[in-house]
Amino acid sequence: MAVVDHSPVPGPRGLASPEGWLAALARRSEAVLIPLGALIAGLAVFGLFLMSQGKSPAEFYGLVYKAGFGTAFSWQNTLSRTAPLLFAALCVALPARLGLVVIGGEGAIVMGGVACGALAGALSGWPPALALPLMAAAGALVGGVWIGAVGWLRHVRGVNETIASLLMAYIAIALMNHLVEGPFRDPASLNKPSTAPLPEALRVGNIPGWDVHWGLIFGMLACLLAWILIERTTWGFAARIAGGNARAAQVQGLPVGRLIIGFTALGGALAGLAGVFEVTAVHGSANASLAAGYGYTGILVAFLARHNPLVIIPVAILLAGFEASSGLVQRRMDLPDATTLVLQGIVFVAILMSETLYGRLRLFAPERWRST
Amino acid sequence: MSLPVKPLEQAIEVETLHMTMRFGAFTALDDVSIRITPGSFHALLGENGAGKSTLVKCMMGFYRATSGEMLVDRREALVPDPRAAHALGLGMVYQHFTLVPSLTAAENLVVSRDDAPRVIDWRRERAALAEFMARMPFSVPLDQPVRALSAGEKQKLEILKQLYLGRRFLILDEPTSVLTPDEADEVLGHVKALCEAGEITVMMITHKFREVTAYADAVSVLRWGKLVGSALVSDLSHADMARIMMGEAELPDPAPRTGMPGDAVLSLKGARASDRSGLKQIVIDALEVRAGEVVGVAGISGNGQMELMEVLTGQRPLGAGSIEVKGAPYGASREEARVKCVRYLPEEPLHNACAPRMSVTENINFRSFDLNGSGRRFWLSGREMRTRAAELVAGFKVRAASLDAPMASLSGGNVQRAVLARELTGEVDLLVISNPCFGLDFTAVAEIRARIMAARNGGAAVLLMSEDLDEIMELADRVLVMSEGRIAYEKPIADAQIAEIGHHMGGYSA
Repeated sequence: MAVVDHSPVPGPRGLASPEGWLAALARRSEAVLIPLGALIAGLAVFGLFLMSQGKSPAEFYGLVYKAGFGTAFSWQNTLSRTAPLLFAALCVALPARLGLVVIGGEGAIVMGGVACGALAGALSGWPPALALPLMAAAGALVGGVWIGAVGWLRHVRGVNETIASLLMAYIAIALMNHLVEGPFRDPASLNKPSTAPLPEALRVGNIPGWDVHWGLIFGMLACLLAWILIERTTWGFAARIAGGNARAAQVQGLPVGRLIIGFTALGGALAGLAGVFEVTAVHGSANASLAAGYGYTGILVAFLARHNPLVIIPVAILLAGFEASSGLVQRRMDLPDATTLVLQGIVFVAILMSETLYGRLRLFAPERWRST
Repeated sequence: MSLPVKPLEQAIEVETLHMTMRFGAFTALDDVSIRITPGSFHALLGENGAGKSTLVKCMMGFYRATSGEMLVDRREALVPDPRAAHALGLGMVYQHFTLVPSLTAAENLVVSRDDAPRVIDWRRERAALAEFMARMPFSVPLDQPVRALSAGEKQKLEILKQLYLGRRFLILDEPTSVLTPDEADEVLGHVKALCEAGEITVMMITHKFREVTAYADAVSVLRWGKLVGSALVSDLSHADMARIMMGEAELPDPAPRTGMPGDAVLSLKGARASDRSGLKQIVIDALEVRAGEVVGVAGISGNGQMELMEVLTGQRPLGAGSIEVKGAPYGASREEARVKCVRYLPEEPLHNACAPRMSVTENINFRSFDLNGSGRRFWLSGREMRTRAAELVAGFKVRAASLDAPMASLSGGNVQRAVLARELTGEVDLLVISNPCFGLDFTAVAEIRARIMAARNGGAAVLLMSEDLDEIMELADRVLVMSEGRIAYEKPIADAQIAEIGHHMGGYSA
């Protein structure tokens, strides 16, 4: 075939010699340095906010360090808050790999917790080795159906998944209030309507030697498995194609609809497990404390981690530390409770703004270095 | 208040002197000097990336040239921004329409004026417009919403808009790419008449030699950012122009056509589907593509080709009728496409066949990542994906900085090569293609057409949808015209006549 070319075709460098380590490093560092920069910028802006209130940013961040990470006790406090964040962040990150922005993980947490708490009443007296997995399965199932329905609506009816999931979170909270105040209410719970307290045998305990419950280990395990699913399996690859360009995925005959429903349901199931651990390891029954906002903080965690399940682990610990320190900060600096929310909001806006930087900075694109 | 329209004055002369534009170390435009005399119709030729649009953007003030200057009527002219260019009487008509579809032609004209008043006195404007139109050699309906106009009328309106705004030097950027040959002739004929009357000067960017010969007086050719030739059109043949554009390289001969068509591979019967708007129907009563045959589907874009592609790729449900491949119903699932060896090359491959942010390696493996020999796999094999990508990139001469570079960093031709490498490897029995060469340069076009012909000669059934008639005339064994969602014309290539095809594309069945 007489194919004409203006110049000799240089073999792609990937073939003859492996791409230089510097280029590979630059390519990979984009996903680390941009969110890190955004986080630092967000913290700096929050510092300005504190100064405008006449408070010292240095004192604030010093207290956060002390209360979140300074001592063994504060580490345990931080890590106990990490588990639900891990699950909640996965509920955002898994659909995000398909290009979906699901922000209603709170709903799946709440519904998973209620399902678990309600089932526990029926299972009292069963051996824990049988009852606990059943309770976890029930929570995961209900959470999976809850968010899977969002994916189904998206695929079949074209309903915007962001809005649907957010609105369904409100429905979930209202439904929980109805259930724990009505059909599932323990008559003994007077001030705070709850389901019947779990028998001691059905409580999930702490990791031996730590004051941190097992949810942390399971959450980390879930992150690891989610990472393997996305990066190492053909299902994950298909999901990434669909997330990168749904049209191209359809032309390749990939089952885009099944992937969407599957990944949203899986994310919802994991968020449901967060509810299960909240009930079995923290509260001992299902009640309004389930809607503690972990689902929303999980959104921030997932975005900061660029929806990479392994990166979710350190990011969740960091943000759990901020939450753990809020009590001390309130007392010492006389700042209102909402201060932590202001901080999260500012960091989130910084993260969203940094999204516009991807693919723009030449530093991270070795193929553009030569044209400088 | 003065009339919104400047009286028709003389056409102006525009000249670039040593115009140079550098982006970093890359020189997009290198010392280009072109003089366009008043009232002339000047064609600007060049392959993609030759610097045509850079030159035009420098002239219109979108870019500031690194060095060099522009003279307007022999006076030095500074154009720091497009507004300054407009003030000098320079205007541009783009390839795609810049009209507001929901407004009428009259409204479009008036709101485009920089000095449009806050409150518009429509009676007065209408009178002024009527007077303006009376002086023009052609007109368009002023009171209909622009979306109801045909493509040819829209393009005429774009040109009228420039004249209405008092522009005396028009840059036309591939103005006929969305028109039928008849519409193109009409529009360019009017433009030519205005030039001959000495009212405007025109510079037209084009790829179509036919239009250069028929309408332009002079031609300038850019290659690799340099001006490589300027001549009077009367002195040049099409072959000369191609040679100047291509430089030393030679165009390969069109690939030879071998073998005879075999059995039907694809057949559509009574197929019905709704179109994008949901208001109209795509109706394909009978369409058959046989092995070893290229069936070309010509037509102006927006006449149902995109929907037909979507039906064939399973993205658009059929309301009625059937699709059969090799005699059995076909639903376009991944499994069916694999078993029946069906491959697709959608138009604009970066947007329809690739994930732009994923790497070249990943994109090249879209079709085969879940295959393990003849079976399926669950665990990805990174090593196998890399090896396959390296082989195909080398075999199809894809120029990529690295296999890890994102697909979006490749040039258009290399994206198309990478997609061809992915789709044309292995056994292909049915190939469905849409506008494979849109926006690519000569060398890439020749190479890609040769690959398509090779697939046909190898026994594949090829359905080629293209807006480029030359492409269809070169490749097809049989030509069809799609118009208003239907097949309006069908002829073996030997009996097909361009004029007749053009009429059917335009919706006439004369």
